[in-house]
Amino acid sequence: MLSEISILFHHGKQFIPNLALAQVPAPFRGRPVITSAPVDTGALVDVCPTNAIASVGQKVSIDLGKCLFCGECALAFPEKISFTNDHKLASNDRQRLIIHEGSEQPITLDPDRVRAELRAIFGRSLKLRQISAAGDNSFEAELNACGNVNFDMGRFGIEFVASPRHADGVVITGPISQNMAEATEICYQAVPDPKLVVLVGVDAISGGIFAGSQALNRSFLDKYPVDLYVPGNPPHPLTFINGILELTRSKFMR
Amino acid sequence: METFIANHATIRANGTIRLLDLPILDYVDFYHEVSLLAQRETVHCVSYFAYPTDQALRFICCMADDDSGNIRVFSHQAVLPNGQPLRSLTASHPAFHIFEREITENFGVAFTDHPWLKPVRFAWNRANQAMQVNDYPFYKIQSEELHEVGVGPIHAGVIEPGHFRFLCNGEMVLHLEIQLGWQHRGIEALYLQKPSLLQRTVLTEQIAGDTAVGHTLTFARLMESLSGVPTGQSLAIERAIALELERIAMHLFDLSNLNVGTAYQLASSVFGALRTPVINFFQAWCGNRFAKGLIRVGGTHYPLQADLRQRLSSLLDDVEKRFTEMAEPAFNLPSVLSRFEEIGKVTKKQMTLIGAVGQAARMSGLKRDLRWSHPDAIFAALKVEPVLLHTGDVWARYQLKHYELVASMELIRKLLKLLHAENRPPQKPVPKAELVLKSDTLAVSLSEGWRGEICHCAVTDAAGKIRHYKVKDPSMHNWTALALSLRNLEISDFPINNKSYNLSYCGFDL
Repeated sequence: MLSEISILFHHGKQFIPNLALAQVPAPFRGRPVITSAPVDTGALVDVCPTNAIASVGQKVSIDLGKCLFCGECALAFPEKISFTNDHKLASNDRQRLIIHEGSEQPITLDPDRVRAELRAIFGRSLKLRQISAAGDNSFEAELNACGNVNFDMGRFGIEFVASPRHADGVVITGPISQNMAEATEICYQAVPDPKLVVLVGVDAISGGIFAGSQALNRSFLDKYPVDLYVPGNPPHPLTFINGILELTRSKFMR
Repeated sequence: METFIANHATIRANGTIRLLDLPILDYVDFYHEVSLLAQRETVHCVSYFAYPTDQALRFICCMADDDSGNIRVFSHQAVLPNGQPLRSLTASHPAFHIFEREITENFGVAFTDHPWLKPVRFAWNRANQAMQVNDYPFYKIQSEELHEVGVGPIHAGVIEPGHFRFLCNGEMVLHLEIQLGWQHRGIEALYLQKPSLLQRTVLTEQIAGDTAVGHTLTFARLMESLSGVPTGQSLAIERAIALELERIAMHLFDLSNLNVGTAYQLASSVFGALRTPVINFFQAWCGNRFAKGLIRVGGTHYPLQADLRQRLSSLLDDVEKRFTEMAEPAFNLPSVLSRFEEIGKVTKKQMTLIGAVGQAARMSGLKRDLRWSHPDAIFAALKVEPVLLHTGDVWARYQLKHYELVASMELIRKLLKLLHAENRPPQKPVPKAELVLKSDTLAVSLSEGWRGEICHCAVTDAAGKIRHYKVKDPSMHNWTALALSLRNLEISDFPINNKSYNLSYCGFDL
């Protein structure tokens, strides 16, 4: 008993008091910034293993929905691209995940796209069913970490539940394999309305490095609307929690 | 010995051999030689696969020999399409079951006498397209007394998908059958479809995100041996540090998770909280908590600078202190012992038969650890002695993680000293220009990841292009161990058994 009190004392307070203000120190690769420095844009585009970098009329952009955050572009062209430690990367608008040359704006949600009932119903309690549709287990591990003693998203009434019947929405990781396509759909159908869909990680949003693989079946995403995209490989727990809070809370601290 | 030299090739781990120098045996001779060798406890199959050549299917079988530290490579070939049925090695050596099943699934090769010739992962390019993932032929017993419990593919927790089918008599599990394949992403085919070195590297990092270091290290060594790119001593040391750090992080994760199973919340929280600074160190080192981006072919973008070494050193001291304090009750409380002892017991004989590797081997008394049997220069210099336990139950698996974690901390301290003595930073990775690989060559690469033995093989063609890439996660062998553990156990004991093995779904499904 005494020894356990001593352990508790040494364990200390592990929770991060304010998740909205919490910082992830460099060299964490968060939101990138693209300068107007002239570079060989063809070579820059070629660096990216997932074609996340595009160049239109000499203007470069990075699609965070395709980005593995491997940082190889910034290592090859440091004068052109740098990754900030801004971990707030989630949006409900797929277009807002595209970072344009010269932009230093934070990534936000489009308030007009947030369905009114989401905030009214889920603003104080949100139960989520996670579907790993060929996720690589780092995505799942970070989602588990969201509920651990450090990040403790349970404090906001947000938690993962065991059954889709108890859930308000699904959180999908992985590029959605052919073999998981039917199960993903069945699980989604089992969630009562109104419900939301969250895509977590590069594999879920765009297929990532698996884009084009014949082993995938991503038709689920053609059928159902997505309420939130959470970029990352895997997304940091702070990216996920802040994204969910911004989606479901009308008062959200940035 | 004369015949041995004639009928197979011998290479070192992470070595290569020209296909020309690899004799092609008649299947009868292949069967004879391999089954003779497989009888020895110190020899086991690390990979056995087939790949199509112009008119034939060529088979490569790599047997790790712990006595000599070599890999013995045997080969045979069959004429397409499908040729004659082959006599199954599995009938006398069950460890081959998964490899022969995979060959059948991929190429439609018929094996006679295989006791369990079932689908492996329902790969998209499988030979039998008529069979879908929902058609898996489960083992059944007709009885009014028995019932079946099906769980998955989607599980209650935030974990990967797999289907578990329990055949039960009341609460007692007679048989557990594990059906995988849900996670299949076509990784091996993608190695051929994605030509650039960086694409292949980041693909490897996604094989199993919890083993990013283990798999990517295995891939990098394979590419380095195939291309002859030199790598320095300090790079090898830093990679070994990363490998051991990944082991520590995942063992802490498992210890935390196992204590969810004992409802010992303090231990679960403390072990879980101790993992955070470890993975945050990866984040400080290379910008990613799972070390994605750290391992690159030929060098590193993130040398372990003096300030990071200092930080790692004090991190180890801090984690060790807090871990030791928590371990005292967590490994001595009667309630923890009674939950784990004698539960999910398997024997060394069983583990030898199924070809178990890594933790699943060592907790049953089977000495298998590549850092000991097939070490690279660094681990050879450190003289790693595997932790060996003998009871084969959840308690042994729980304890093993404790002892290995402490051993890995000690290894990292030694590695930091070596690195300090080296005092020369590792080179940068090879630039974007593609590597020139040896032509018509087989390369075999092995690493002891935190789960166990990881094996990657590649075969190149006459132009030096990769014509076949083969990945083996330790879970390929070890899922069978979980199924055996559940025999005659209450079904409610499944979760702690599952957590005690913590096997990879995506590493298996590829």
